Amino acid sequence: MDNNKYLLQMKDIKKTFPGVMALKGVDFNVGYGEIHALIGENGAGKSTLMKCLLGIYPPTSGEIYFDGRLIENYNVAEALNLGISMIHQELNPILYRSIMENIWSGREPLNKFGLVDHKKMYEMTKELLKEIELDEDPLTLAANLTVAKLQLIEIAKAISYNAKLIIMDEPTSALPSKEVEALFKIMKKLKAEGRSIIYISHKLDEIYAITDKITVLRDGQYIGTEDTDKLSKENLIKMMVGRDIDEMFPKTPCEIGEVYLEVKNLTHNKYFKDVSFSVRKGEIFGIAGLVGSGRTEIIESIFGIKNYDSGEIFINGEKVEIRSPIDAINKKMAFLTEDRRQTGIFPMLDVEFNLTLANIVKYVKKSRLLNYRELKDDCKKFIDAISIKTPSPKHKIENLSGGNQQKVLVAKWLLTEPDILFLDEPTRGIDVGAKSEIHRLISMLANQGKCIIMVSSELPEILGMSDRIMVVHEGKVTGIIDNNDNVTQELIMEYATDTYKERVN
Amino acid sequence: MTINNGSAKLAVAKDSNVTQILKKYGIVLVLLLMIVVISILEPAFLRPTNIFNVLTQVSIFGIMSLGLTIVIISKGIDLSAGSVLALAAVLAASLGQTAEATGKYFPNLPALPLLIPIAVALLVGLLCGAVNGFLIAKTGIPAFIATLGMQTAARGFALIYTEGKPISNLTTSFTNIGGKIFGVIPVPVVIYSIMIVITYVLLNHTRFGKNIYAIGGNIHAAEVSGIDVKKNLVLIYAYCGLLAGLAAIVFAGRTGSAHPGAATGYELTAIAATTIGGTSHSGGIGTIRGAVIGALVLGVLRNGLTLLGVPAYWQQVTEGVIIVAAVIIDMRKTRQRK
Repeated sequence: MDNNKYLLQMKDIKKTFPGVMALKGVDFNVGYGEIHALIGENGAGKSTLMKCLLGIYPPTSGEIYFDGRLIENYNVAEALNLGISMIHQELNPILYRSIMENIWSGREPLNKFGLVDHKKMYEMTKELLKEIELDEDPLTLAANLTVAKLQLIEIAKAISYNAKLIIMDEPTSALPSKEVEALFKIMKKLKAEGRSIIYISHKLDEIYAITDKITVLRDGQYIGTEDTDKLSKENLIKMMVGRDIDEMFPKTPCEIGEVYLEVKNLTHNKYFKDVSFSVRKGEIFGIAGLVGSGRTEIIESIFGIKNYDSGEIFINGEKVEIRSPIDAINKKMAFLTEDRRQTGIFPMLDVEFNLTLANIVKYVKKSRLLNYRELKDDCKKFIDAISIKTPSPKHKIENLSGGNQQKVLVAKWLLTEPDILFLDEPTRGIDVGAKSEIHRLISMLANQGKCIIMVSSELPEILGMSDRIMVVHEGKVTGIIDNNDNVTQELIMEYATDTYKERVN
Repeated sequence: MTINNGSAKLAVAKDSNVTQILKKYGIVLVLLLMIVVISILEPAFLRPTNIFNVLTQVSIFGIMSLGLTIVIISKGIDLSAGSVLALAAVLAASLGQTAEATGKYFPNLPALPLLIPIAVALLVGLLCGAVNGFLIAKTGIPAFIATLGMQTAARGFALIYTEGKPISNLTTSFTNIGGKIFGVIPVPVVIYSIMIVITYVLLNHTRFGKNIYAIGGNIHAAEVSGIDVKKNLVLIYAYCGLLAGLAAIVFAGRTGSAHPGAATGYELTAIAATTIGGTSHSGGIGTIRGAVIGALVLGVLRNGLTLLGVPAYWQQVTEGVIIVAAVIIDMRKTRQRK
């Protein structure tokens, strides 16, 4: 077997989680001194594959060869010592410690008395910083650095471990373009030194600018590996999205009423600029865009979770000021958050609590005590109406399936009888059956004349459910499209990567 | 804390020089101000005997607060330090009585060399601390609970051992620990000073110290860096316990006796000192310098209020207000813009 050609060979990697097969036999080979893009939609299996490589968890089956050697049963620290480093999208520094302490944490150089040799650590750090062309004092606190610089510190740390392979997960998602240039320069330098880089990104321009090879995953399957300069963007997009849509989208046509919510020139200095759109009663308005494009931030700003810097919001023709979620709820808005675990459910509490929390005021009696009978009646009503599968309302929500948890959250907001409903990734991470039930629910709500604004990274969902689709790219609206049969995933993707004009011109 | 705000600086916006100085030395300035005000109102405060008196009073909970500082930097807490002190003190005292003491704990024992009670106290402290650390590291129960259990249990052991009675008539060499070197400098102050230096070096000049900051600042990053978090946790609590054992020796030496109810609530005073000194309970932030200044603030405050004739109950109220105010000021230092 010729193992010497590749720095990394991952062979027939399979990974199953209870009930899900996340990787269905993936091959992935990275050569020496190569920048290799790993791409695929959300849920394609990229991060699972990388976690297997890093030793966060072992693959269920398959073999990993690194530098010609079979490696197995290792943890993250051992992977580091082998020469595999990852720069995570969410950087994780020890904030109130210096650059040098962050880099050498756990392996500080010692002097002959066994004490930490600060002078040597300082010199070694200085050396590393020179190598990555970062002009900072090693004693600067991590908290005082920009994200771009923290990233460079992570790269310096990888170099200090003598990393042969560096994985970069969406490294540019938080960088201004000038700093992307600087990052690319360092990447090229690393490559010239014979190190390899796995580059995970959604940004096609960057992939074409910096990578040598592209490997595409989809639905946990290996789709193919191509030389970057021989693969056209159209073909790449086809590789990424080319799946059959076998999920059902039970969207029922419904009467679309008058304009109800109107947003004019909404701008948030950090996330998006000049966003304008309007949504009518009974309309499902889809918002598409890549991760980090600002799509979530737009609806968060309308709902008052984030504060926009300029622009206007009108509800039913009347200008409104929304500065907090309380304002938004008072204006009959509701918001289903993207991250169920973090900002949605109270996992250790029961279904009843989760369902009624947002609307608890409704049940307060004159005596200031809660009217439990009415509360329980409402719970039962909703559990039946949208068929939440739970043994009882007193069951802990964390023991329900993801789909049923999501239904509880939808029901929670329905109890407040909203006119405008924001849905952020309403079906992420739930199984197909529950998905179509949620979709049916969304359709039903639109039929009742509610405005529905739905953010989703799943293009089939956007295409299957929306009346109109707004596409966002790097904080700017690249198009608002009337949805019909001629609109394809490829078209949306072109808007989302801002390559549509390129092709048309 | 997550970082997702583009190239924006994470730290608070740049302040003027004056604000920066206030932030950096805020608590030192408070201490100086207190000293100035008290000295003007009551010049007796500045007499050397009184100053040494303050320092001696500070040294017992001051020694404990050094241990609590490293525990709190690691994002933990130790509620057992006071009880561990009591247990170590009664054990040490029972082995440190004169040969002819009345009501001697071990009637047949001659007066033992001082080394033995000292070693026992240190060992007991170390052991209790290690048990705390072991429970936290291996079972994953919160430090608050583990050390609350130790607080109750250690006090119980002290009561069982003494049957609730005090142990007195300690040897002269033992009570000399409460005395003075050259008739001027109190020994507790010397011991406290030595421990300040040792703990400072431990925290700032050893890998162990760096690990403490890493664990408290970002436990995931610490694990990924290959730091043995569990082992370090055991060591952190063991060191805190060791200092409680040392404080026990000073306590028994000063009072010439030990009783099972000794030092009740001292751990809270030590935590207060640490907190006033700017050690953050969210972990990863804190200094020995701060712990010392925090202890001095409490010591000067108590002494000053007494000299000024403020009733004892009002002293407690004042102390409570100072603790909370110090933390509010400290939080402003590290607060982030939303």
